[in-house]
Amino acid sequence: MDKKAVNFGYIVTRDRQIDFDANDHTISRIVANAEPSLNLCISCGTCSATCSAAQFTDFSLRKIILLLRRDEIKSLEKEISKCMLCGKCQLVCPRNVSTRNLIIQISKALTTVHP
Amino acid sequence: MKLEGKRLIWQDYQKEIADDHYFYARSCIRQTFFPGAEAVFVKILKDELGKDIHDNAHHTSCTGIGYHSDVVPFDTTMTVVARQFALMTEAGYENYAASCITSFGLYTEILETWHHFPETEARIREFLYKATRREFNKPKNLAHASDIIYKFRHQIAAKAKFKLVDKNTGEPLKVVEHIGCHYSKMFPHKGIGGAEYPYVLSGMIEAWGGEVVDYPERRHCCGFGFRQYLVQANRGFSISCSKKKFESMEPYEPDLIITNCPGCPMFLDRWQYALSEMEGKTYGKNNHGIPVFTYEEVAGMLMGYNPWEIGLQVHQVQAEPLLDKIGIPYDASQKFKGKNGEDIGIPESPSYLKFYAD
Repeated sequence: MDKKAVNFGYIVTRDRQIDFDANDHTISRIVANAEPSLNLCISCGTCSATCSAAQFTDFSLRKIILLLRRDEIKSLEKEISKCMLCGKCQLVCPRNVSTRNLIIQISKALTTVHP
Repeated sequence: MKLEGKRLIWQDYQKEIADDHYFYARSCIRQTFFPGAEAVFVKILKDELGKDIHDNAHHTSCTGIGYHSDVVPFDTTMTVVARQFALMTEAGYENYAASCITSFGLYTEILETWHHFPETEARIREFLYKATRREFNKPKNLAHASDIIYKFRHQIAAKAKFKLVDKNTGEPLKVVEHIGCHYSKMFPHKGIGGAEYPYVLSGMIEAWGGEVVDYPERRHCCGFGFRQYLVQANRGFSISCSKKKFESMEPYEPDLIITNCPGCPMFLDRWQYALSEMEGKTYGKNNHGIPVFTYEEVAGMLMGYNPWEIGLQVHQVQAEPLLDKIGIPYDASQKFKGKNGEDIGIPESPSYLKFYAD
C-alpha cells in the first residue's frame, strides 16, 4: 500500500482455516503405517499432563498428534526434539498408544521425506 | 449442492406470514445506520401495496443488544418485550412485524420460552402489570420485515421500474445475499428456508431479476457479534470475520450485497472502508468496493425512488457505479442536500475507496 496504514486500535487477525486437501499427507500416512496405535488416540491429553518435558517447556504430545493428523508438519521437527523419550506418557495412556515409538517414527519419517 | 436439492429443503421450511394489518416494531440502530430503509418499508407497504401498518411512537428498544452483551438480564428483556406486545394489543393488532433481526430472534426466543415454561410467562405478565398496569395478548403472527417483503416480492417486481439487470448487457446482476444470524440459525423453522439455505433474500433477488452468488462463506457471520464489536480491543474478531467473507466472495465479482439485518449492512459496508485504510485493499473493481444495501433500499431503488431520499448517500461504499449499471437516474448535485435543499455536509474522502461528491 502506498499510504500509511491507519491504526484504529484493533488488528486484522490471520485466518486460521486449515485446508486439509492442500496439506501434504505423506508424513501422517508413513507414521500411521509404522505405528498403527496412533489411530487409537482420543486426544484426552493424559500424555501431556504427565509429561516431564511439559513441566519446563511448552511441549505437548497431544498437540503433536493433533498437528500430525491435520498434516500441519512445519513445526513438528522442532517440537519432537523436546521429547526425552522417558515413556511416562506410554505408561498412563488409557488407549495404549505406543507414544515413544510414535515420536521415533515421526522423527524417522521427517528425516526420510525431508532429509 | 444442486439447486433442485436446495429447493426441496426450502419447501420444508415455510412459515405463515400475515397478509395485512401489521404492528411495526422499528429497530433502534437501523434508523441511524441506514435511515431510509425503514421509511421505504413503510412507504412500500402503505402506498404501493395498500396495506395497513401501525407505526407506534411509544415502543422502545427490545434490549436485544444489551441482552446479547450480557448487560441486561433475561427477565428484564422479557418484560420490555411484553410491553411492546401490550402496545400492539392496545392498538388492536395481532400481527407483529419486527424490523430488526436481533429483535425477531429475541421475540422468537421469548415466545418459545413462554411456550415451554408457562410459569415464566405468568411471572412476566405480573412484572409488567406491577410496573405499568398493562396487559397483553401474544402476537398471532410474528414475522420479520424481510418475510413481508418476500411475501410480496412478485407484486413489488410487477410495480418496479428497474430490474437487477445490467442495462448495457442485459445480463442479471450477481448478488450476494447475507442473512442475519438470528433470523433462522437459532430457530430454523421460524425462517423461510431454514438455517442452512434461507430463501428469504434469494427469493427477492430471483424475483427482481438478479442472480444469487453461491460462495463458500455464504453462511458465515458478518462479524458484528455484539461483544466482538462493543469492546474496542475485540473489534479485530469482527473485522476478520468480514474479511473472510469478502475474500470468499471476491472471485465471483458480485455487483452488490443485500442484507436483512441491522448490523450486517453496517459492518459489511464500514469494514470495507476500515480494511482499505488498514491494508490498502478494496474488494470491487477500480477501488469501488462492493456496495451493501438493505432489502428495502434495493426495493426502493428498483421502484424508482430518488436514491438520495432513501439514504444511499450515507453508505460508505458508494452506490453510483451500481445505479449507473442498472440505469437508475440520480442527480449528483443533490447527493449531500437534505430536505428543502439544506446542505448536510460532505464527508471526508477515504484514502483508497472511491468517493463521489459533486
